[in-house]
Amino acid sequence: MADHILVLEDIVKAYDRHLAVDRVSFAVPRGSIFGLLGPNGAGKTSLIRIITTITQADEGQVWLDGQRLHSRHPEQIGYMPEERGLYKKMKVGDHLLYLARLKGLSKTEAKARLTSWMEKFGIVDWWGKKVEELSKGMQQKIQFIATVVHEPKLLILDEPFSGLDPVNANLIKDEIYQLREQGMSIIFSTHRMEQVEEVCERIVLINKGRNILEGKVSEVKDRFKENRFRIDYKGELPEGLLSQVKVVGQSAGQITVEVSEDAQANALLRELLDKGVYVQAFNEILPTLNQIFIQQVNPAETYG
Amino acid sequence: MDKLWLIIKREYLTRVTRRSFILATLLTPLAFALFFVVVGLIFQYESDDSKRIAVIDESGMLGGVLKDEENLFFKFTTQPLAELRAGFEESDFDGILLVPPLDDILSRRHTVFYYAPKQPTLDIESLIRARLSERLRDYKIEALALDPAQLEALDTRIELEPEPIDENSQDASKLTGAIAAAIGGIMGIVMYLVVFIYGMMVMRSVMEEKTSRIVEVMISSVRPFQLMLGKIVGVGAVGLTQVAIWVVLIPVLILIASLVFGIDSSAQLEMAQQQPGAAAFDPNDAEAMAALALQEFQSLNWWAILPLFIFFFLGGYFLYSSLFAAVGSAMGDDLGEGQSLTIPITIPVIIAFYIMIVAVQAPNSSLAVWASIFPLFAPIVMPARLAFSPPVWEIALSIGLLAATSIFFVWLSGRIYRVGILMYGKKITLRELGKWMFYKD
Repeated sequence: MADHILVLEDIVKAYDRHLAVDRVSFAVPRGSIFGLLGPNGAGKTSLIRIITTITQADEGQVWLDGQRLHSRHPEQIGYMPEERGLYKKMKVGDHLLYLARLKGLSKTEAKARLTSWMEKFGIVDWWGKKVEELSKGMQQKIQFIATVVHEPKLLILDEPFSGLDPVNANLIKDEIYQLREQGMSIIFSTHRMEQVEEVCERIVLINKGRNILEGKVSEVKDRFKENRFRIDYKGELPEGLLSQVKVVGQSAGQITVEVSEDAQANALLRELLDKGVYVQAFNEILPTLNQIFIQQVNPAETYG
Repeated sequence: MDKLWLIIKREYLTRVTRRSFILATLLTPLAFALFFVVVGLIFQYESDDSKRIAVIDESGMLGGVLKDEENLFFKFTTQPLAELRAGFEESDFDGILLVPPLDDILSRRHTVFYYAPKQPTLDIESLIRARLSERLRDYKIEALALDPAQLEALDTRIELEPEPIDENSQDASKLTGAIAAAIGGIMGIVMYLVVFIYGMMVMRSVMEEKTSRIVEVMISSVRPFQLMLGKIVGVGAVGLTQVAIWVVLIPVLILIASLVFGIDSSAQLEMAQQQPGAAAFDPNDAEAMAALALQEFQSLNWWAILPLFIFFFLGGYFLYSSLFAAVGSAMGDDLGEGQSLTIPITIPVIIAFYIMIVAVQAPNSSLAVWASIFPLFAPIVMPARLAFSPPVWEIALSIGLLAATSIFFVWLSGRIYRVGILMYGKKITLRELGKWMFYKD
């Protein structure tokens, strides 16, 4: 438990006869970026609301930093919801100060930290502007600052990049990495699987209120691999070479095979080289998280 | 508590610094003063076209005397009617009044004739009638050899002077009832407006926070109840500020306006009472009445009434605005759809308003007494009764019940609010609101 910032044990939450969360357990390692994934309505928001003490679980335990979750904990959590708004008529500086002080910072402390964040993002001159004068992407930066200004131990970001252009998305992403370097643990919730693959170390996949998959990203991908390899080559393939493997796809200069065990792949490569085939590339095909996600959420469909 | 204070401060400051608030707070008293000036000027306006009327007194009853008015001049003439009518175009008369002789001195009716190109206007007609009636009365007194002093003595004006049973209690004057009714009515109307204006303000603000998804951000730092209570207290403080400014500014501006435009408020009183056929109004009487009214006004126990009024202001405001907050939290993006949810709140307010109107006329009727104790009506009905010094036990009971009910409703609304603000895309019924109260956290 000591190396985990957050531990959920058998969480159950029901709303009016509808079971939103059904015995979900997972643990977020300290100082990691953790992906909380699931289709719409899977129960992600319900889980996040339990972690942020907005609601309470009907059953199960939540531990934050080794302590049972209690009412002072929200000050150690920074939560940026997917649906987020700001008071449009307020000035940016006043708004940030308000949110920071609600997180328990003193006025001077909040002002100093906010100023340094705004300097970092190069937006110091926004202080006196009204929120409604900012674009959606600009407001998102403000929200990000408001989420992290009190230096929470745990950061929960729900679709943090939605509505951001690539430049600003990278800016935020770099900040997320930096915060992790400083020891912050981050839960990252999104539908964008390529972002998850890029950013997260571990994931948990929730569907219909249940935890259906958990682990390191590399392990998860490994678990769902089909032992397929793609070979790019030049010239002709000798006859009878592929008799011991199953060919699943073939085109000019490229062939995809499926092997029954890893050793077979080595043997195949060795044989190719021995037979004098010029091999340009030899790759194991790993499923993308997107494929795993779709397959797990809709078991009827398969990925190819 | 720190967070609650921060929320209250934000809710208060963002509102009172808004330009629309400042404008409304300052313009409303100005509008009142303007209204007062306009009404005053209208009442002071008198017909500016003076009329000259030729009077042919065939009866001789008038004795050549008929008092002129500011814009109405009577000119006795001996010319025959036919001649006057023929030369009417060239003459500078606007009308000819023919007074035939009285057949019977005891007759209570007498017909006179008015010849003019146009129908006499209402003010001229009533003036002529009043003047002639006066003169005929004098004529009859003389003709019948009556004693004018004895005649005067026939009319006896009764003044009812209320006296307390208990010798030690304060003596009331004949105006006490009227003054108390006026003050009670004003207080009741103010309370009615307060509940609606500021209750609706709370509701709209809750709705905005929900639909713009601000709550999603806020509730990760504060409890929904804190957010709701902070808003209610903040808006309540805004309301108190605004009402306090109005209470000071409206009388001051009206006073200034009446000084600048030279409007005499007793003139309005006079005009209001001067109806055709009514006895002439004695200006000395009006002054005495005004002085008495002022004295009555001052003799009221303001040290008790004002704090009580503020208490009922707060109690009523908390009670209703918390309900409005609960309804606001349940509303979606569509304002019209949620409007039906406000009906159960507005009905008791409106009923209370009508009871209040009755209560100022009969402040000790059992309807008034019980309505001023029933917590949903008390905030509007009790302030209306305060000026009539109701029994202490009634006030105490009313206060106690109102305080308890307000606290209970704030708590209850908090239960609904915490579920409502996070509920989207569902058409909410009252039944559903009821269910939310029993949700676990």
